[in-house]
Amino acid sequence: MPGASTESFAKSTVAAVQEYSLLAGRAVGNMFSGPRYWADIFTQMDSIGVGSLPIVILTGFFTGCVLALQSETALQEFGAVSRTGSLVSLSMVKELGPVLTALMVSGRNASGMASELGSMKVTEQIDAMRALGTDPTRKLVTPRVVATVFMLFFLTIVSDAVGISGGALVSVAMLGLNTTAYIHSSYQSLAYGNVVEGLTKALFSGFIIASVGCFYGMRTEGGTQGVGRATTQAVVVSSVFIIIVDFIISRAMISIFGS
Amino acid sequence: MPETLEATQPEAPEASNEPVVVFDKVSIRFERKTVLDKISFTVQRGETLIILGPAGCGKSVLMKLCNGLLKPDSGSITVFGERIDTMRERDLYGFRSRIGMVFQESALFDSLSVEDNVAYRLNEEGIGYDETHKRVEEALHFVDLDHAIDKFPSELSGGMRRRVSIARAIISGPELILYDSPTGGLDPITSTTIIELVVKQRDVSHATSLLITHRLQDAFTLATHRYDANSGRMELIPDGGIDDTTRFLVLNEGSVVYNGNTHDLVHTEDPWLKEYLS
Repeated sequence: MPGASTESFAKSTVAAVQEYSLLAGRAVGNMFSGPRYWADIFTQMDSIGVGSLPIVILTGFFTGCVLALQSETALQEFGAVSRTGSLVSLSMVKELGPVLTALMVSGRNASGMASELGSMKVTEQIDAMRALGTDPTRKLVTPRVVATVFMLFFLTIVSDAVGISGGALVSVAMLGLNTTAYIHSSYQSLAYGNVVEGLTKALFSGFIIASVGCFYGMRTEGGTQGVGRATTQAVVVSSVFIIIVDFIISRAMISIFGS
Repeated sequence: MPETLEATQPEAPEASNEPVVVFDKVSIRFERKTVLDKISFTVQRGETLIILGPAGCGKSVLMKLCNGLLKPDSGSITVFGERIDTMRERDLYGFRSRIGMVFQESALFDSLSVEDNVAYRLNEEGIGYDETHKRVEEALHFVDLDHAIDKFPSELSGGMRRRVSIARAIISGPELILYDSPTGGLDPITSTTIIELVVKQRDVSHATSLLITHRLQDAFTLATHRYDANSGRMELIPDGGIDDTTRFLVLNEGSVVYNGNTHDLVHTEDPWLKEYLS
């Protein structure tokens, strides 16, 4: 019956939004009361932050390289090749650094969180944790949220730095630009608002990655097939959310800082 | 079988006539299927209630309701005199320190060693390493798994995992122990070993317990055997005796079919029960 299926879809969607909101709210609320699982937070920081460093460096570096390469053609038409550094740094700091880093970390960690918690759910380890008197949200979700928000902030800075360096390498070695001019142009074009915009995006993206990954993990049903489904959904939904929130923050920052 | 875990057992609570577990007209449904329909029963202090019934009749759901892991749609559940169906989840975490639970598939934390699994509750309570380690050794000794302390769950057989799960459930000396199919999926010899541990725990700590089983043989072993502390083995109660603290609850299609003692169950005239027991 089409009516019934539409109704049940609407109900399950509303229920999922409610469930996600409650989980995210509890994860944040747990930060302000004990017990706090510091060892789990540091373990997650190591896994999410240090573990993601190679892919973030590679992605950031080659993004900067290709940005310099592509922009040179366009800038040449206006005789503004010397502004390559400015274009690369602004693009990296405001947009590509935070978004690409978030997408890479989402692919690596939202999936990891969903599969890890999903496996725990289907093997009753989450229930066992509750039966042993531990709040799974406090023990499993909050440390992941804290660790991802904290580490994504620094990973974004790393990505921005290596991206600008990649752009410098291409500009100097392949496009024949002056190193000092590139660095000067990059540095001069960056305003306080640009840095704030990029890093604000990183904070929101970190929260999205961890909360969505944990949400899909904690509601996994249906054995190993369910774990696979939860993993895919976690990556897809967190990636889409990151892009949407990127747009919203960009708009808000333009209103605040004016550019 | 190794000696007892008496050292870690808390002092026996003051004798009370108040039942430990009271289910009053408890119903729960998942989507459109009613799993339990107005179930009522009580479990007195020191009793072992064996829950029998065909697969899918709601035994495991009943066990999770008893621990507050699930909430009923209607009816009331009282454990240790407190309504757990209306208790907040936050309060339930503390309340569950009085309850031990052995899960159907053991549910050991696969990223933790056996020692950390067994010590989990003590670590959460912030008990020091020396005390925790000593109690873990005692609990593992109780289930005859001293040698497995440094292993990980993936290195253990099904029966060993079940024994570690029992050690984890009893380490804090709970007053109520819930066994969800502790012999499910095990071979008959290993099943008997697990039942022997349950009998031992019952007769050593006199804790109240609920036990689900699919194997009638295990259920009747529990009712007809006792633990002999001198030999360290389970033995048949002489002269065809029956353990009077062991009772039976039989479920079918979400309803209670039988609730009573071993003798009445064996001599039942109910045609469905007779067929189920045959």
